[in-house]
Amino acid sequence: MAIRVRIPTPLRKLTGEKGEIEAKGANISDLIEDIEKRHPGIKERIYDETGEIRRFINIYVNEEDIRFIDGNKTAVRDGDEVSIIPAIAGG
Amino acid sequence: MAKIKGLICRECKKEYPAEPLHVCEFCFGPLEVNYNYDEIKKSISREKISKGPASLWRYIDLLPVAGEGSVGLHAGFTPMVQARNLGAAIGLDELYLKNDTVNHPTLSFKDRVVAVALTRAKEFGFDTVACASTGNLANAVSAQAAQARLKCYVFIPSDLESAKILGNLIYKPTVVAVDGNYDDVNRLCSEIASEYNWAFVNINIRPYYAEGSKTLAYETAEQLGWRSPDHVVVPIASGSLLTKIWKGLKEMEMLGLIDNVKTVVNGAQPEGCSPVAMAYKEKRDFIKPVKPKTIAKSLAIGNPADGYYALKTVKESGGAIEMVTDREIVEGIKLLAETEGIFAETAGGVTVAVLRKLAKQGLIKKKGLAVAYITGHGLKTQEAVADSVDIPVRIEPNLTSFEKNLNMSSKKGK
Repeated sequence: MAIRVRIPTPLRKLTGEKGEIEAKGANISDLIEDIEKRHPGIKERIYDETGEIRRFINIYVNEEDIRFIDGNKTAVRDGDEVSIIPAIAGG
Repeated sequence: MAKIKGLICRECKKEYPAEPLHVCEFCFGPLEVNYNYDEIKKSISREKISKGPASLWRYIDLLPVAGEGSVGLHAGFTPMVQARNLGAAIGLDELYLKNDTVNHPTLSFKDRVVAVALTRAKEFGFDTVACASTGNLANAVSAQAAQARLKCYVFIPSDLESAKILGNLIYKPTVVAVDGNYDDVNRLCSEIASEYNWAFVNINIRPYYAEGSKTLAYETAEQLGWRSPDHVVVPIASGSLLTKIWKGLKEMEMLGLIDNVKTVVNGAQPEGCSPVAMAYKEKRDFIKPVKPKTIAKSLAIGNPADGYYALKTVKESGGAIEMVTDREIVEGIKLLAETEGIFAETAGGVTVAVLRKLAKQGLIKKKGLAVAYITGHGLKTQEAVADSVDIPVRIEPNLTSFEKNLNMSSKKGK
């Protein structure tokens, strides 16, 4: 079993148009490294030059925003669902 | 479209065609409409605008649609009310209220953005429209989609005010009540939008949709006699409205429709959901998301997409962002009703309460020309004030009972 990661439309060119992929890792940072191995280019799209998650990207573990948990170091385990989502407008 | 070059990333400036896109595929920055202002400048004028329809479509030269407005033909051009009584109560000599509580057709400023969004969605050929909403947007999308004969899905937090839920259902869209807060609804809708070919007004149609808010600025300037106010007070939810009001004023300045804009832009948030106000207070340039807990549900966005830009706009213009408690919100609603005869929803209470606070602090000057944006009608959020108004005096249908219960005898004949 692995961690399911949902990929937003703007990144699907890097995942062969797949909206969902599987990956491994102990936390978000590891997970993105793992995805980068199979889908090169994804890392620089998610992190800015200083290594921070880009301002307009939200990452969720099991529906919870990782900024409410441990940010980039938020722990993940098998069976978890991770979503990468661009910020959207109000309503 | 001569007036539009396409879309452009607000962050990295990468250009895109004018399609249903909202995020820069490289840096994830929000995409904005890239206007051809040189072209617009050739034809726009005060005279031309003045002769236009009594709706937001009088500003069509500055709206991102290819043809004529086809949806929401009566949205916008709401009253600009000189608020002498409220001004006297809080110590401001020249106070105006932009009264979007009477916007057409659903009594909130969202009628503006939806008119633009659905007109554009039809131009793109969509047959289904949708939105994630704290209530007012869903009402506007439901109503205008019904009139435009579009299929409609609206997604709302399940704990919304009953009037806002009914205010969707009556137009017969599919209403999806999500167990979660608005930020949960937003996240879910973002994922749904990736899978279904719908026009989500605040997701894939967002660059066009958000431009509708600029019309509040255009109307403000035009209705004040082609000038910009010294101060504005704008409620902040996602931060888009505040940002677009500023953009609208700056565009008018650039196009020579008004003189130099020196407007100070102030923001208003409820204390129970104040991620932008907190960033302002703590002098941060980034927003920490929060879990909302406030009666101002239309402002309950804990993770505001345009919060960063709203903060930047306020700082650039020399303004402030204040927050008020639930109690102050209710007092604000009542003060507005009792002084000006305008019944605003909770967001309006936030705006009035913050306006009062800023006036008291001297941040809005007594002599300055100030405009506060009252964005939605109070009948939509009656729960918020139901326990803090008087009850009717109940009497028998006869004169004796009337005089006895109202202690009228002493007033007879006067």
